[in-house]
Amino acid sequence: MPERPGGGLPVRKTYKLFIGGTFPRSESGRSYPVTSEDGAFLANAAMASKKDLRDAVVSARRALGTWWGATAYNRGQVLYRVAEMLEGRRSQLGDEVAAAEGLGRRAALRLVDLAVDRWVWYAGWADKLAQVAGGVNPVAGPYANYSLPEPTGVVGVVAPRASSLLGLVSVVAPVIVSGNTAVVLASETRPLPAVTMGEVLGTSDLPGGVVNLLTGRTSELAPVLASHRDVDGLDLVGAEPDEAAGLEMAAAGNVKRVLRPGPVEPDWGRPPALRRMLAFVETKTVWHPVGI
Amino acid sequence: MGSGASPASVATHAVAPAATDRRGPVLVGGGSEESLRRFLHGLPGVDQVGAEARAARLAARSIKREAKLAALDLAVRCVDLTTLEGADTPGKVRALCAKARRPDPSDPAVSPVAAVCIYPDLVGLARQQVGSSGVAVASVATAFPSGRASLRVKLADVEEAVAAGADEVDMVIDRAAFLAGRYGKVRDEVVAVREACRGRVLKVILETGELSTYDNVRRASWLAMLAGADFVKTSTGKVAPAATLPVALVMLQAARDFASATGHQVGVKVAGGVRTAKDAIRYLVVVNEVAGPAWLSPGAFRIGASSLLNDLLMQRATQLGGAYAGPDDFTLD
Amino acid sequence: MELTAWTYSPAPESRQVVSLRPSYGLFVDGEFVAPRGGGFFPTVNPATEETLAEVALAGPEDVDRAVGAARRAYEGRWGRMRGTERAKYVYRLARLIQERARELAVLETLDNGKPIREARDIDVPLAAAHFFYYAGWADKLEYAGLGPSPRPLGVAGQVVPWNFPLLMAAWKLAPALAAGNTCVLKPAETTPLSALVLAEICQQAELPPGVVNVVTGPGSTGAAVVSHPGVDKVAFTGSTEVGKGIQRALAGTGKRLTLELGGKAANIVFDDAPLDQAVEGIVDGIFFNQGHVCCAGSRLLVQEAVAEAVLDRLKQRVETLRLGDPLDKNTDIGAINSAAQLAKIEELAASGEAEGAERWSPPCAVPERGYWFPPTIFTGVSQSHRIAREEIFGPVLSVLTFRTPAEAVAKANNTPYGLSAGVWTEKGSRAQWVARHLRAGVVWANTFNRFDPASPFGGYQESGFGREGGRHGLEAYLEAGDA
Repeated sequence: MPERPGGGLPVRKTYKLFIGGTFPRSESGRSYPVTSEDGAFLANAAMASKKDLRDAVVSARRALGTWWGATAYNRGQVLYRVAEMLEGRRSQLGDEVAAAEGLGRRAALRLVDLAVDRWVWYAGWADKLAQVAGGVNPVAGPYANYSLPEPTGVVGVVAPRASSLLGLVSVVAPVIVSGNTAVVLASETRPLPAVTMGEVLGTSDLPGGVVNLLTGRTSELAPVLASHRDVDGLDLVGAEPDEAAGLEMAAAGNVKRVLRPGPVEPDWGRPPALRRMLAFVETKTVWHPVGI
Repeated sequence: MGSGASPASVATHAVAPAATDRRGPVLVGGGSEESLRRFLHGLPGVDQVGAEARAARLAARSIKREAKLAALDLAVRCVDLTTLEGADTPGKVRALCAKARRPDPSDPAVSPVAAVCIYPDLVGLARQQVGSSGVAVASVATAFPSGRASLRVKLADVEEAVAAGADEVDMVIDRAAFLAGRYGKVRDEVVAVREACRGRVLKVILETGELSTYDNVRRASWLAMLAGADFVKTSTGKVAPAATLPVALVMLQAARDFASATGHQVGVKVAGGVRTAKDAIRYLVVVNEVAGPAWLSPGAFRIGASSLLNDLLMQRATQLGGAYAGPDDFTLD
Repeated sequence: MELTAWTYSPAPESRQVVSLRPSYGLFVDGEFVAPRGGGFFPTVNPATEETLAEVALAGPEDVDRAVGAARRAYEGRWGRMRGTERAKYVYRLARLIQERARELAVLETLDNGKPIREARDIDVPLAAAHFFYYAGWADKLEYAGLGPSPRPLGVAGQVVPWNFPLLMAAWKLAPALAAGNTCVLKPAETTPLSALVLAEICQQAELPPGVVNVVTGPGSTGAAVVSHPGVDKVAFTGSTEVGKGIQRALAGTGKRLTLELGGKAANIVFDDAPLDQAVEGIVDGIFFNQGHVCCAGSRLLVQEAVAEAVLDRLKQRVETLRLGDPLDKNTDIGAINSAAQLAKIEELAASGEAEGAERWSPPCAVPERGYWFPPTIFTGVSQSHRIAREEIFGPVLSVLTFRTPAEAVAKANNTPYGLSAGVWTEKGSRAQWVARHLRAGVVWANTFNRFDPASPFGGYQESGFGREGGRHGLEAYLEAGDA
């Protein structure tokens, strides 16, 4: 962190975890150094342990009832406010993304703007997804029959390794807009924007536990997440290619819905479609007789 | 029919039980309009789609060979051979009674039917004509079919039928009162008619086509049974839809529930639209599997019909003879 | 079942409509061919234990041939075909199933043990309906909600179970073909015959060779199909255990996967339910198809206030069920599909008694030969009993009680499964509330076991993922033509 413009020592931030709406350190007390693209020390980030992960899953599960139980409109409102908070941190995030990804300030700010707009796009889906993903089914009998999307539950996300903010936003927003709650493993080498993202979420109206952000060693945490039986879905977009298969195997233990990584990290600049939202919804179909 | 029929089937027609108050523990609070309404509305509802699906599945039973023959024989014995036309002359009634006593002149093994069913002014003649054959004389009454007359007139109607020699009375309930929610009035009329019957078998026609919903059919069945019906009957035959399998199913369920609750067995009569032997057998399947074998007798199940009888005889002949029979082998009356 | 005063005479459906061959080959590349090295194995009528026919045992080489044929067809004629033409082929399949409906129904009853009434009135018509429904999607895929130009996945390896052999084959083939994929179908070991007749139907429809291939065999054949590198997409219906194994096996391979696994559905009856229809729904829920249904209502959750009334009616109703010759048109409960399955059911039922639940069955005359299990009801069951937790896949109902709607839902959801559930109440808002809170892919409110090709079917959690039926059923066989 640079000197204050007018001189004087800045007060450095402690980079903690974001669990249950609060900012605890790791219960293990560990941390690890985070460096910039060119190797300069940036900060010590908390190194989450499996116990932290366990606590995060508990928080996520507990938050599910409220978050999913809210009206879709309400969820949309909350997500818009998150976008407001994001916008407010534009400059700070610009600095952090630039440092994390080795970009110039202007390029970094472009990514931040894209991230905000991406978040706004997903926020608008909250009360529309059911209309696009659901429908009335014309069955051959005297029955009313409709299908609607419901959240899968607690979704574990291994966030993109390279795209520290835009990529993060592009995987977290689609998970929670339908009512899921998330336990996110931030990029191991570029975690700092994710921690600020935690602060953004913490100061919005998002109920605690809906998104939990853990920083630490992916290879240590991802297997725990993948085999956790109270996690219902798994986004492996940020998993190392040679580890993804093992994680998918572990996920089979309770038939998690797994979004596999591609051979390379997606181009987050491309406009998203429905895939990331639909990956973590369940279609429920209800029948009822029609009669007097 | 079959083997091991229940004791009630020994007689060819029902013997009316003593006119005891069978409301017993079932009716709440002394029988006020309000408590009666609450009781009836507290009965389990009937889901139309589910009830009709069950009836359709029962209709798909395949009844063949010995089972079919047994069913046909039982069906004949459960027929109330009916004529209810403005044009019924004494000649018509004589012919009806002859047919009722001896449905198939070429085969004396065929039992007589359960009863003849006619208008009250023809009861005297019918009484003479059936003699001691065991065929009962059932008379409609209470300003059949609409029931729209004063209680005084309706009771007088009953009294005349009874005085003329009717064994059984088929009354209609006041549907207007029922649909307006005046269940007490409906009940009181049934009770009054029961008294006027002086021990004759009372069949209470619900006119299910006008009641419209299965929930109403269940409620009206219970109302009639609580008020002293010996049979609950679907229809006058003058309004469509008349008897249907799902309606019969609901009424048979009500009768079974009533028997469980009170120990009294009330019979069920289906009338109107039962034209073929196939229909009749379907109804018997529903009786068998919904109410139970104890209802498989003329003491607890009747079919009000006219042209059905010949189709029963024709099917019976086909079963026994092997080749398809033709309608001209059977007398029109 | 007690002897009624009126006994129904036997009313058997004739077997003559089916002409069984003594031996069936594999259906590969449009022809019936002998297996290479795998030999043959018998398929048996579970009601009589008689051998019906011998079918080929497909070994890895045969699976390879089949996948190769499917690949060639996909990269050739089928893959290049316009949707409207594909639609017409699929319509042909639907029509032919209808034309041969009676034969298929009798065959299914012989091979599976299910009552002819069910095969005739449910299995076969629904199978035809699935082909009709999906045929119409073939040239409208851009409207399926998967982007402007969704693409098929390629070769689909499809493993189906023994409980609805023809219908499950239809659920797999119809959407796959409509979407432009080619298929390698692996029917269950104990019920291969209707799939082989379906193969004949493919020939009669002049479906291009290799578009549908049928490889019969035991579990090893299914494993070979699933793990073959030439298969792009795997669809599996079967037990949760095997499903997890498949998910593990496919990890890292990039093969798309959908799973339709087991269930332990709760049928919830409230005190204001239409009782007679609820009883019918309970009976239908667990005794339809001898309980060999993944979505069977195997747990009755009855509100304590009406528990006795419901049980009384239920027992009365169950006493009228007719168990016996599946070919008899009046049979309600047919044979258990295999000796192995019967052993599983017996073991679990025994555990029910051992763990303290009360067991009841109506008096039941069971034929001497064949595999039979009378309808059975356990009362006094608690959540922790094995019969409340494990899928029995037989005509065994476990009855538990509840006091409040919240308790009912909590108990219903307290399972790793989540395939289906039922709720019975006359109160509309409560039906909606319960439906919303049940974690199940299919909720039947005031009805049960209803299926339709337009209605998506599939589970939550360990009952699998992916849906079959409806627009959603296409997702399993297409790659979205957008992000």
